Amino acid sequence: MKTVEEIRRDFPILSLKVNGRPLVYLDNAASSQKPIQVLNAYCRFCESRYANVHRGVHTLAETATGDYEEARKTLADLVQADARGVVFTRGTTESINLVAQSYGRKFIKHGQAILMTPMEHHANLVPWQVLARAVGAELRFWPLNQDGTLDMVEGRKLLDARVAMVAVAHVSNVLGTINPVREIVEMAHRVGAKVLVDGAQAAPHMPVNLSEIGADFYAFSGHKMCGSTGIGVLYGRPEILEDMDPFMTGGEMIREVWLDHATWNEIPHKFEAGTPPITEAISIAAAARYLQEIGMDWIHAHDTMLTARAWELLAAEPGVTLYGPAGERGALVTFNVAGVHPHDLAALLDRDGIAIRAGHHCAQPLHRWLGVQATARASFYLYNTPEEVDALLEGVRAAKKVLQLV
Amino acid sequence: MSDIYGEILLDHYRLPRNKGRLEHPTLSVEGVNPLCGDELTLDLEFDGQRLKDIRFSGKGCAISVASASMLTEALKGKTVEEIERWIGVFREFIRTGRAPDGVELGDLLALEGISKLPVRVKCATLPWSALEEAISRYRG
Repeated sequence: MKTVEEIRRDFPILSLKVNGRPLVYLDNAASSQKPIQVLNAYCRFCESRYANVHRGVHTLAETATGDYEEARKTLADLVQADARGVVFTRGTTESINLVAQSYGRKFIKHGQAILMTPMEHHANLVPWQVLARAVGAELRFWPLNQDGTLDMVEGRKLLDARVAMVAVAHVSNVLGTINPVREIVEMAHRVGAKVLVDGAQAAPHMPVNLSEIGADFYAFSGHKMCGSTGIGVLYGRPEILEDMDPFMTGGEMIREVWLDHATWNEIPHKFEAGTPPITEAISIAAAARYLQEIGMDWIHAHDTMLTARAWELLAAEPGVTLYGPAGERGALVTFNVAGVHPHDLAALLDRDGIAIRAGHHCAQPLHRWLGVQATARASFYLYNTPEEVDALLEGVRAAKKVLQLV
Repeated sequence: MSDIYGEILLDHYRLPRNKGRLEHPTLSVEGVNPLCGDELTLDLEFDGQRLKDIRFSGKGCAISVASASMLTEALKGKTVEEIERWIGVFREFIRTGRAPDGVELGDLLALEGISKLPVRVKCATLPWSALEEAISRYRG
């Protein structure tokens, strides 16, 4: 078992100095850093195994195709799902758009409803708005409790037979709320609705068992789990993917093409038009293996320890408002400091080498619900330390001194 | 990063000039920063071609508040033509970090580091974009 110090040595960027200070990287919910194992896997693949996949019959075409399909199995294994249901996409955003278009346009009808929550990232909100307008579906929103958890009693009332799709975040990227997705899937399936879970903030941080959760669709991104940008996963239950129309069309996704029509390849290839992100798939698979070696249980426990420490320290600091549930939560804390705009806070922390996110975090409706325009967010990962959480608190105190109104 | 949070900027943030609403503005314009959702309102009162009074209101970060405060201070009493020249000067200054030859920027010089912070440029230009819209509306 690696120590955090050993894990940190795997990440070259963590030895960087920013503005003369050691980098304290607390913007992991936006994107995570990459370990040398992932960078090396990418390089080795490009140096000795690379070619296009599912086309040529030469040696490199065979090795690259083998590695690419092996990557699919690695990702399926990470979330305990059937590899036939694992589609490589550009990221969570594309995964959700794929479902909204390919499933939604075919199966969601006029007068049916799409049930979402006010805590969704724009990526799990806007595609459904567009779909609803196109097919004449109704949008419904699962109410929140004051602490930013889902109101399970009120939500249940909205979940009637007209609901065709429930789209919900596994972990909120602002509130940190961990939603009871297994329970939601059970409730939804009882009324015949499908469920898409946005796992962008969950899959990198905790064990995810899709055979247990039972979601019809589950989406996550490579770059938030130590892999590269430009790749993500859509898991779809194979029998549903079979019935869906393609998302994009072109090469790779076809079986036979005539001048005036075409037939589709088998799943998951039906949804991978054009040359897929091959090197990115190698990278995300190397990242999944790296995380599994450390252990998803260990990562979740480590994140939880850091998050609890941050919550406790910030809650005791005068002028700090924290958002979301106080107990069990995802690997982030979102807050505001009275008299200090989050952008100024982030800029002032940056002077001390501390990277956090400030703004609306692609969740404007949620910020309206919170009654604020913007928030600051510190988010943690396997390579962060308790000392870095303490540095965050010191940075917040320093920023208050610089900016506080006199 | 260069230290944008200098004393002059912080002074305008802590004690913004011309903050509030005008009772009888000739026109009011709103600006929104898409980065953070910050909103800013400018009230302008003209006396013919001259900007008799100007005030700003809304919530914002130190850079947008200071920039708005400096704007009102620099432009109160100026003519529409002078204001238009100032808008051009400010845009050039924010883009390059240098004042055009022969222009005295005064406190606005505190924003000179912004050209190296592309993400924050929108914060500094928010009140100026609102002003530009106000002037074009006033000219009709």
